[in-house]
Amino acid sequence: MAGRRLRVVARYTLLTALAAIVLFPLYITVVNSLLPSQQLLARPPRLFPSSPEWDTYRRAWNAGHLGRYLKNSFIVTALIVSGQIATSILAAYAFAFLRFPLKRTLFVVFLATTMIPFEVTFFTNQQTIVSLGWYDTYAGLAVPFLATGFGTFLLRQAFLQVPRDLQDAAALDGYGHLRFMTRVAVPLARPMVAALALFSFFAAWNQYLWPLIVTKDDRLRTVQIGLRQLRGESVSDINVTLAGTVLAALPLFILLLVFQKQLVRGLTAGAVKG
Amino acid sequence: MSQAIDRLAPGVDAASRPVRRLSSRVREAGLGYLLILPSLLAFVTFEFYPFVRNFYLALYRTPPFPGLPKRWAGLGQVGDILSSGDFRNSLKVTVLFAVLTVPTGVILGLALAVLAHQQLKGIGIYRTIFSSTVATSVAVASVIFVTLFNPQVGLLSYLVGQQDFLQDPTWALPAVSIAFIWQHLGITFILISAGLGAVPDELLEAAHVDGAGAWSRFRNVTLPLLSPTIFFATVVGSITAFQAFGQIDLLTNGGPGDKTNVLVYAAYTEVFQRNNIGRAAVLAIALFVITLVLTIVQLTVLERRVFYGR
Amino acid sequence: MGQVAFLNVSKRFGTFTAVADLTLEVEDQEFLVLLGPSGCGKTTALRMVAGLEEPTNGTIRIGNRVVNDVEAKDRDVAMVFQSYALYPHMTVGRNIEFPLRSRNVPKHERPAIVAEAVRTLDLDGLLDRRPAQLSGGQRQRVALARAIVRRPQVFLMDEPLSNLDAKLRVQTRAELIELHRRLATTFVYVTHDQVEAMTMGDRIAIMNHGVLQQVGPPQEVYEKPANLFVARFIGNPPMNTITGTTVREPEGVAVEVPGGRIPLPAALARALNTDGARPVVLGVRPEHLAIGDGPISATVAVVESLGHERHVVCRLDDGQLVIARQQSSVTSPTDGATVRLSFNRDHLHVFDATTEARIEA
Repeated sequence: MAGRRLRVVARYTLLTALAAIVLFPLYITVVNSLLPSQQLLARPPRLFPSSPEWDTYRRAWNAGHLGRYLKNSFIVTALIVSGQIATSILAAYAFAFLRFPLKRTLFVVFLATTMIPFEVTFFTNQQTIVSLGWYDTYAGLAVPFLATGFGTFLLRQAFLQVPRDLQDAAALDGYGHLRFMTRVAVPLARPMVAALALFSFFAAWNQYLWPLIVTKDDRLRTVQIGLRQLRGESVSDINVTLAGTVLAALPLFILLLVFQKQLVRGLTAGAVKG
Repeated sequence: MSQAIDRLAPGVDAASRPVRRLSSRVREAGLGYLLILPSLLAFVTFEFYPFVRNFYLALYRTPPFPGLPKRWAGLGQVGDILSSGDFRNSLKVTVLFAVLTVPTGVILGLALAVLAHQQLKGIGIYRTIFSSTVATSVAVASVIFVTLFNPQVGLLSYLVGQQDFLQDPTWALPAVSIAFIWQHLGITFILISAGLGAVPDELLEAAHVDGAGAWSRFRNVTLPLLSPTIFFATVVGSITAFQAFGQIDLLTNGGPGDKTNVLVYAAYTEVFQRNNIGRAAVLAIALFVITLVLTIVQLTVLERRVFYGR
Repeated sequence: MGQVAFLNVSKRFGTFTAVADLTLEVEDQEFLVLLGPSGCGKTTALRMVAGLEEPTNGTIRIGNRVVNDVEAKDRDVAMVFQSYALYPHMTVGRNIEFPLRSRNVPKHERPAIVAEAVRTLDLDGLLDRRPAQLSGGQRQRVALARAIVRRPQVFLMDEPLSNLDAKLRVQTRAELIELHRRLATTFVYVTHDQVEAMTMGDRIAIMNHGVLQQVGPPQEVYEKPANLFVARFIGNPPMNTITGTTVREPEGVAVEVPGGRIPLPAALARALNTDGARPVVLGVRPEHLAIGDGPISATVAVVESLGHERHVVCRLDDGQLVIARQQSSVTSPTDGATVRLSFNRDHLHVFDATTEARIEA
């Protein structure tokens, strides 16, 4: 009996130690963000802010423009996610329920886009955006990513699960394709759509190279490039930079806490069989 | 839709049936094309056209000043670049980076997933903590580690001595690897946890009753059934590692002395700092070929050893 | 030896009690069936014997030792799961060999033991297949083979027949009985199917809501159900249960039910020990209910013909339904006809309306 309790204690200890290691970088960032500038250089480094300086957050938000950067990230991400969902639903519907010549070939074409890495396309795309006059615009940031082969693949899988009987019943009820799509197929595929939305959200929010090369105006910076800017400027104001970092991370953390289950499903969509 | 009606009322209006069938099929095809058109347009403009153009660009030498015509350099340029010291360095750095980050990341993710899979009270909290890095984006994670590695402020330098790891030729790449591994720990953990969850409890119970101890159950039941997931995590992790950019940009800018100049970063500097698009195009092709080969190799070699249940 | 004993065993999951104060002894080499509806606790009880669940209270013994603190792998029991739990990535041969590997049986001894199990369960030629390539019946036999290679003290079976189709189920039932006889080892068998319980068990232990209702040989449980639940659960079609009240008559005690009064045999009347009206539930099996001359009037609701016999569903005056079994040779009553029902006096059961316990004559 004692042996078992000891094993349980050992397990908790190991888990807690690992959790501490994983959380440590975040913790130390929050601590440093609240330290007054002089204390940052203290040796040994402070592990707890004795007199937290909340002003760093205000400075990160205002002078650091973090509010603006977050807004831009949200707008661009929202554009990309809605675009990807819309185009994927339409295309996946066509592949799952309609018949047309070259369907199989076209589907392979869609899948092929997932194999084209970003490095190959980025500079040409940048030139395209510039020539369209979309440099320093939301359009430039979002439009190249409005379609996704991966998303189409996922939603087609989900649509293929719609039972044949339902399709026949809908046909008898006189449903046209539009009504079938909106009233039957999409609602049934909702978990997959939600998963795709979350997956797209994270991918879009995390974009780095693209915003870097299609925006220069600070008014359009997304939060990733905004942080880059912040780091470049205030080398001596590391606490402000870190406050900005915490603010930048906050939306995703809240999302993780609220949507943990759906998030797991989204990020593992298509990965685990059965 | 019309097939259902055909099935229900065969022979009805047989005379007009062939005509109706043809026109409805045309309509269906038209709708199909219409629905995939937006995606297809985007793909052609932003995926296929750039992809093809990339090969074209690799064959031209772009002038140092805008306005001057491009000069045909042909495959010679490609050959030159591929054999250049710069390219070989970038290749080496990129491969080394992948070697440092992928196995470590997968093993750590596996360890955490296994530990967090136990039936302990409050295990949910640990699971949330271990997944938490999925919420850190590339800039957030990189800035966090830039600070940690900072010789004046960072805790690590305090513990190990006032070294600036990010400027050290030997330690710069490992340092960036650590930041990369930490950032991706969350997603790896989530991925492998999901795979673990797919291992039926009953199988483990059966193995237990059959007399297998904890390690034997893990090795003989869990691991084989987990192998598809581990395989997937490795493939995805490798591709992500090969495409690392933001971390390099924020932590080391490719330095010191090109010691962290991975292929993507090199391509980026070629285009936006040296305006040498031809070179960048060659680098991009090289990277594309590598990731393609990598994926194919992994798919064929590992698939034989991986078990796909059902 | 292979006895299994539950001594005041309880299992709670939070506020939910799965098993409540179970005391039950399974004798060595006995085939004991744990029977009950879903959620009655029978599977939980089985898993506690296997060591897959820990009792919240009480002691579990296997053989002579208390096994509460013994890990499943050290308990010398074998378990056949409802879904067979075959290792999908191993061949049939490796599946069967696995318990031997885990117990470190010397390598050279293993093939012979596996071969014997294969022969016993008729699995020749399937050794190199994977479970996914087998039929349901074959998978079940592999699960059994994996269980018997260990020659354990106790075999535990969790509804092993429920995933088989009806015909295969009947066949496998007979094979399992045969297997039990051949192995001469204790079998603890969980099922919700009372036909399986009646045909296979040496004794049946019936559970409901975590509480043991009755334990005894099949015939005893059939003829002398301890309470209403057991009475209704065993037997197909189930026992008729009619609510009524006792009433004193000059000849003795009768039970007043809608449509008439049914006189009780003297011994039962004495056991009832009542002067006036006592609410009771009268129980009588369909084969002991006859249509013809009798004290109770009823209307025929449905006549179901099964070929060799007939089930006549009748409605009493207050709407309660009873079923009577008839031979097909007798003329069938017509739908809606008014009939009279007679009750076989020797096979009447009376249950207390509140406690639902059977009143013993």
